[in-house]
Amino acid sequence: MTTIDHDGSPLVKRLGTDAESILGEVYSYTVLQDPPEGFAAQAPYYLALIRLDDGTLITAQLTDVASELQIGDPVEMVTRKLTADGARGVIVYGYKFRPLVK
Amino acid sequence: MKPVAIVGVGMTPVREHWTLSIGELGEAAGRAALADAGLAAVDALYVGNAYGATYNQQTQLGSLITGRIGLAGIESFGCEAGDASGGVALRAGYLAVAAGAAQTALVVGVEKATDLVGLARNTARGVSLDHDYETVNGATLTAMAALLMRRYMVEHCVELAQFEGFSVNAHRNGSRNPNAMYRNLLRSGAFGKAPMIAEPVSLFDSAPDADGAAALVLAPADEAVDLVPRPVLLAGSAVATDSLMLQERADPLRFAAVSRSTSQALDQAGLTPGDLDMAEVHDGYTIMTALALEAMGFSERGAGWRWAQADGEQLSLEGELPISTFGGLKSRGNPSGATGVYQAAEATLQLRDAAGDNQVANAASAVVQNLGGLASTAVTHVLRAMPE
Repeated sequence: MTTIDHDGSPLVKRLGTDAESILGEVYSYTVLQDPPEGFAAQAPYYLALIRLDDGTLITAQLTDVASELQIGDPVEMVTRKLTADGARGVIVYGYKFRPLVK
Repeated sequence: MKPVAIVGVGMTPVREHWTLSIGELGEAAGRAALADAGLAAVDALYVGNAYGATYNQQTQLGSLITGRIGLAGIESFGCEAGDASGGVALRAGYLAVAAGAAQTALVVGVEKATDLVGLARNTARGVSLDHDYETVNGATLTAMAALLMRRYMVEHCVELAQFEGFSVNAHRNGSRNPNAMYRNLLRSGAFGKAPMIAEPVSLFDSAPDADGAAALVLAPADEAVDLVPRPVLLAGSAVATDSLMLQERADPLRFAAVSRSTSQALDQAGLTPGDLDMAEVHDGYTIMTALALEAMGFSERGAGWRWAQADGEQLSLEGELPISTFGGLKSRGNPSGATGVYQAAEATLQLRDAAGDNQVANAASAVVQNLGGLASTAVTHVLRAMPE
């Protein structure tokens, strides 16, 4: 996977920027219908707790979910738009997870 | 430390109070509690409030409310721990009186949620989650509760409908409480058909945001008997914390802070869970009730949901363990920073034998539990009736 272009973010500090691919499995998930500001355009969206392969638990959105999801499904981290900030709509990028093709 | 008693309670109805400000709500409850105690003044006032800064653009509620009540000059400040703000304000009042720093203290919990609606309120309420790891990804408190609930259902093989009794019981009790926001009864079977907010958490699973204020007057127990006919002893008081984020907990399905604060407060009171006549638990979501009952020692891990079976009859006013006796967060409503003070005020009425249609027969001891976030802050107070 490409380097996370989010230098200084807490996740980069924790995981390092040289990770090839960050894999994990779904610990739990929900479909959020009632979002906060900045997320209305995406709603409804998946929010999940992911158990990474190193044991770390992490909160993130799921993206590219094509079929029914199950707890335990394998996922990988990807870089995606999280929201847009301020009057000029500056895009905020971050990490999400997508199901691995089984 | 001196023993401390509750000598006055005051509550506004929990509603959408479109015409009242946060200051007016706090004043109304504070004045009502002072009148109940027969006092004109106190030495200190502690205010529980969660979201004044983001709902109302208002801080310094200590100064605001002392001024409105006519007590300008006394020690006063706000206490914040998310939805446990009311509980920690009670803790502050308890410590002040127990230490002798204040002879009498007024504790006011207040929240005015309806200054915001919709997405803006969701954002404003989100400040009690972790910003950098949770809300930045679009999380809400309801969504985080939903993550716990789905994991619990899969790990323990529990169906959605098996949580229904928690909500049915709350509304059964709330229907008798004039101060409750939603006094409707929940029909058996309606829970599973309610609109989803964040699967599997639905509208009938989640406590409503609301406006309201509640207040308590505290005094040394040995003087309380001369002040009022039925003082109630604050026999135990404890606050414990867990990681703010679920993701940092070794086992997210264990509310460690609840276990810790419950056992500390019960130890102080010299009681065990089996000695308690009732419990006000923080039933913001049914999954929180199940996990809280487990952490408090009323169930094994993974078995808390069993209390909700048969429409929660074992949790009813006549049941083995009455909870949410005035409707709980679900039916009375959840005015966040006021909730912990409502719970303690309601338990006080129970132990005074003054709970009217909501009375638990012969209630002599109660545990009151108020949680911030998903039990990131856990406040537990044990109340006991004092001999006449």
